[in-house]
Amino acid sequence: MNALWSLLRRDVLLALRRPSEVLTVVFFFVVVAALFPLAVGPERTTLRMLAPGVLWVGALLASLLALNRLFEADHRDGTLEQMLLSGTPLTLLVVAKIAAHWVLCGLPLVLLVPLLGVLFDLSGDALGVLALSLLIGTPVLSCLGAIGAALTLGLRGGGVLLALLVLPLFVPVLVFGAGAVEALAAGLGSGAHLSVLMALLLLSGLFSPWACAQALRIALE
Amino acid sequence: MRRIPWTHYAAPQTFYGLAGVWWPPLAGLALALALAGMWVGFMVAPTDAQQGEGYRIIFVHVPASWMSMIIYLAMAFWGVVCLVFRARLAGMLSQALAPTGALFAFLSLWTGALWGKPMWGAWWVWDARLTSELILFFLYIGFIALTSAIEDPRRADRAGALVAIVGAVNVPIIYFSVKWWNTLHQGASVSLTRAPSMAQTMLWGMLLMALACWAYTVAMVLYRTRSLILQRERHTDWVAQLPECQPGVRA
Amino acid sequence: MAQVNALGLQTRDLACARGGKTLFAGLNLSVVPGQSLHLQGDNGSGKTSLLRLLCGLSEPAAGELLWDGAPMALVRETYLREMLYLGHALALKEGLSALENLHFAAALMDQAWSIDAATAALRQMGLREREHLPLQVLSQGQKRRVALARLCLSPARLWLLDEPFVALDSAACTVLQGLMQAHVAQGGMVVFTSHQAVELSGGDNRSLRLGAP
Repeated sequence: MNALWSLLRRDVLLALRRPSEVLTVVFFFVVVAALFPLAVGPERTTLRMLAPGVLWVGALLASLLALNRLFEADHRDGTLEQMLLSGTPLTLLVVAKIAAHWVLCGLPLVLLVPLLGVLFDLSGDALGVLALSLLIGTPVLSCLGAIGAALTLGLRGGGVLLALLVLPLFVPVLVFGAGAVEALAAGLGSGAHLSVLMALLLLSGLFSPWACAQALRIALE
Repeated sequence: MRRIPWTHYAAPQTFYGLAGVWWPPLAGLALALALAGMWVGFMVAPTDAQQGEGYRIIFVHVPASWMSMIIYLAMAFWGVVCLVFRARLAGMLSQALAPTGALFAFLSLWTGALWGKPMWGAWWVWDARLTSELILFFLYIGFIALTSAIEDPRRADRAGALVAIVGAVNVPIIYFSVKWWNTLHQGASVSLTRAPSMAQTMLWGMLLMALACWAYTVAMVLYRTRSLILQRERHTDWVAQLPECQPGVRA
Repeated sequence: MAQVNALGLQTRDLACARGGKTLFAGLNLSVVPGQSLHLQGDNGSGKTSLLRLLCGLSEPAAGELLWDGAPMALVRETYLREMLYLGHALALKEGLSALENLHFAAALMDQAWSIDAATAALRQMGLREREHLPLQVLSQGQKRRVALARLCLSPARLWLLDEPFVALDSAACTVLQGLMQAHVAQGGMVVFTSHQAVELSGGDNRSLRLGAP
């Protein structure tokens, strides 16, 4: 456990000392969200209808951007090999990496959503559900994406290949995440969607670190 | 029961020989079954009361969908064998299956569109099954892209195996979520799953086509695996001594 | 460091293949406590590949490894705790300081940590007043000294070092040689590769040449 916290602290510390990487991801999210009204027109009812989908897809793409670099730096400077040789179970270390990715990428997106919801004229309730769905859903994106990041480690065309591998797996999260807000708008309540999202989080939290550790071993052999 | 010498059959050299013997007759069988199935489907089976002649495309669409899903499961199965038993052949089989699976998924999508257009006026409806098929097609493309991008064949096999397994585990979840998504958005009220109630001949036609697809898949996989074996084992003695690898012999 | 069954590291019929080519096969070597092994050979002869096999980062094409007489598969956990591998890459984060890097390395291996011991190790490697600076402002040689400072702090019995003398000036080379000799004298084991001629004194120092004779 000591190793897990150390790794998490280390990654967060490194990112805070070099904030450009985190900030670019966050600004990408903002830019994507701002582009949609420019594309579909400023009519408020349209925007309110599109908002959950647009913001969710934006969060997805922003997460993908940061996933590419999840293991890359450690692989290049040799720290990844040391992690494999440390005697600490690799699965635990992967949990720390995924947690760091979420804290540095997913969490800022969740915090930004109230601000961006204003651009789309979302009501307070809808904003709340959207933020909650992102809070539960973005860790799932981090978990699933980590497997893809490990598999594509060191490959040419890594970023696009990662997206190709991982986007189909993101579909359930997207459906239930954006669907939660739409269900609220349709008067059906978002409880069911959010529960399914929680279930997805538990499942991916349990299995992804192990799958990701296997993928890392395969990539480093 | 005598113990089957798995390790013997799992050796590429043995498999090469076996596959070479079996794939031509299987290809012939596939052709025969396909002709029989299409004859039944397009000539013999009665015209559907509701959908007229256009429904006949299901004789291609349904077997293609089935095969695309079964092949993915087969890829995941061989993926498990590859990772657990570290069998080189399992990895090759998995990679040999992928293009055929992708082909069937693609065929299923196109025939689905061709069916939908005359029936419901749209080239594409976001029906739960078609959408899941589309995502399955993306999973195939992802597998093929990843295994082509990795140069080391062992790493490619094992990475592909993991992708296939993760994908197979996720396919039910994806299907369930797409179904949910489809029912929530009531716009897509048409459903391609409402196939016409089956007359006996129609079932026979589908069965023949499904068997044809199966035979074709096995023949293609055997053939493709032989190519992979030649490629990977090209430094070994037994490959150098094969009649087809002698200089001056046309492949 | 006396162990009941201290047979050290052994390989049996080890074979390594890279990119379809067999680099070596049928390799039997043994490193017992109090021995060092200098791996030599031309570029591409498989020195780094052998080290990676020995530390378990890759799987051998054939053969097996034994640690203290037991098959590696059974004692992997113990082996990892008793072995230290320093590869070509320094395994240091440029954004962290020397002390922070060493702290992280210790936490990763679940080892005891004290700032004083770490500072003393850095001093021993010739790094003064730079332990709090981010690594990116240090020179390549200074970064390597930080990486090698782990040797002073680690309780590992076996050191696997890939080209440890690269980018070091002669003073640092002397210090490193001294460290290796002291480790071997205390019953430790060192396996290292180096293009340079390295003369270790004291203890049982052997060398192995890989590649075509």
